[in-house]
Amino acid sequence: MTIPAVCIKALRKNFGSVQALKGIDLEIEQGEFFGLLGPNGAGKSTLINALAGLTRPTSGSLQVMGHNVITNYLEARRRLGVVPQEVVFDPFFSVREALIFQSGYFGLTKNDLWVDELLDTLKLTDKADANMRALSGGMKRRVLIAQALVHKPPVVVLDEPTAGVDVELRKSLWRFVRKLHESGHTIVLTTHYLEEAEALCDRIGIIDHGELITLESKQELMRRGLGQKLTVSSNSSLPPVPVELQGKIVNSSEFQLELRLHREQDSVISILDQLRAANFKIDDIGVATDSLEDIFVQLTGEKAQ
Amino acid sequence: MIGCYTLFKKEMARFGKVWFQTVLSPIVTAMLYLMVFSQVLEGRVEVFDGISYTEFLIPGLLMMTVIQNAFANSSSSLIQSKTLGNLLFILVAPISTFQIFLAYTAAAVARGLIVGLGVLLIALLYVKVPVYNFGIILLFAISSSAVLGALGIIAGIWADKFDQMAAFQNFIIVPLSFLSGVFYSIHSLTGIWQTLSHFNPFLYMIDGFRYGFFGTSDVPVETSFTVVLVALFVLSAISYRIIDTGYKLRQ
Repeated sequence: MTIPAVCIKALRKNFGSVQALKGIDLEIEQGEFFGLLGPNGAGKSTLINALAGLTRPTSGSLQVMGHNVITNYLEARRRLGVVPQEVVFDPFFSVREALIFQSGYFGLTKNDLWVDELLDTLKLTDKADANMRALSGGMKRRVLIAQALVHKPPVVVLDEPTAGVDVELRKSLWRFVRKLHESGHTIVLTTHYLEEAEALCDRIGIIDHGELITLESKQELMRRGLGQKLTVSSNSSLPPVPVELQGKIVNSSEFQLELRLHREQDSVISILDQLRAANFKIDDIGVATDSLEDIFVQLTGEKAQ
Repeated sequence: MIGCYTLFKKEMARFGKVWFQTVLSPIVTAMLYLMVFSQVLEGRVEVFDGISYTEFLIPGLLMMTVIQNAFANSSSSLIQSKTLGNLLFILVAPISTFQIFLAYTAAAVARGLIVGLGVLLIALLYVKVPVYNFGIILLFAISSSAVLGALGIIAGIWADKFDQMAAFQNFIIVPLSFLSGVFYSIHSLTGIWQTLSHFNPFLYMIDGFRYGFFGTSDVPVETSFTVVLVALFVLSAISYRIIDTGYKLRQ
């Protein structure tokens, strides 16, 4: 049996009287692309920080590739690369210096080739000798990714890498992380974008108020019928909704109708055709992809905070 | 040990990049003290027999500069890294507690010695200072800057704001170093002031260091060295402990 990439048992973390993590059990297999979802303040970063040794757990245990992050922290840290959520940098140094120092911290003295490769892959070669202060926010974020990878860790944790990032950079980060995964790295990604987890992850854990409320493969999660909401508006009163669509009604009023569509089974076009056939005079439509909040509503039966 | 050595190199590079502020500026300050005090007090203050006031002043100023800069190095580096968040790069790396302690302390010693050497070279243009035992000079310079390097680690981790750090520096380090016999022999003090001076650990650093130059001192050199070693042991133990427990570093 292979050792799990990450093994978390009964993990609790209290900050004073606040219980940030309430007994998390989680195992992530080697080679998995795992998504950890949850709203702000749910406990995602606390969990990641505990894994990286930046937060001391109140109780419970964490292992990276079989090494306990407290009792055998040197070995655990050698196998883990962490991309922090906040953009942090050392203003004294250039990009290359930052990466060479980071390599040294991990015991690597001759790492120039890999550093060059990282700079190239992350499109930072032109900025290699620029001071960190001179970089744009997106570039600094890419340097953080490079810093997390200098020692080629088998397990890579990315804590909300695309928060506040423009669409282009987000897509290029996705491509890069997919490539990392394909080359054998275990990836743990935290995000509060369902779209991101859906596009990248094999398995998804949802954390809320310090508890892991669901842990399923992406397919299982999607099979729950989560999908899109179609909103149809009219300037005149709407006729009765056709019987075959009544099960999909979320809200209806005199001038507006909101329907929940199954992501794979329903087509927006055919539903609109059905409505028009039922004499709906449609003046405006809106389609919204289910948000994490919608998942919470369905999973917990109560509106997420 | 590569991680530890890299952290040491990073610390050296950090102060090297701002050498105007970290090296040149304290040298200039020390030279100003030397010029003003020697001009005003030469021939007016009696110190050791056969030793001029300016000669007496140089080792004191040197040691004051060495220890203040050793303290400034570890403390300012840590509070900056904490405030900017880049301490994370070290905290996630496989560097042991002892290695972190060693790297910061060694860099503090190195900065203290470099600045001290600068002051000495310029002071030698001003007046010739005897050297009684170079080994003792070096021993006190290294051990004393290590004490202040360890204290700087404690202060840098403890302080949440630059304001607190400035208070630590201005209300503890500077007064203790000024009142440690840099500018006078404690034998010139009377009663309570002389007694109080003996509670100042910086006195022993400066007095022992001065012994290395003149072969004479206010306090027996063995006593001075013992005090410095005890201070080094105690502050190193505290500083090791706070790094190890993650106090204010790991939540």
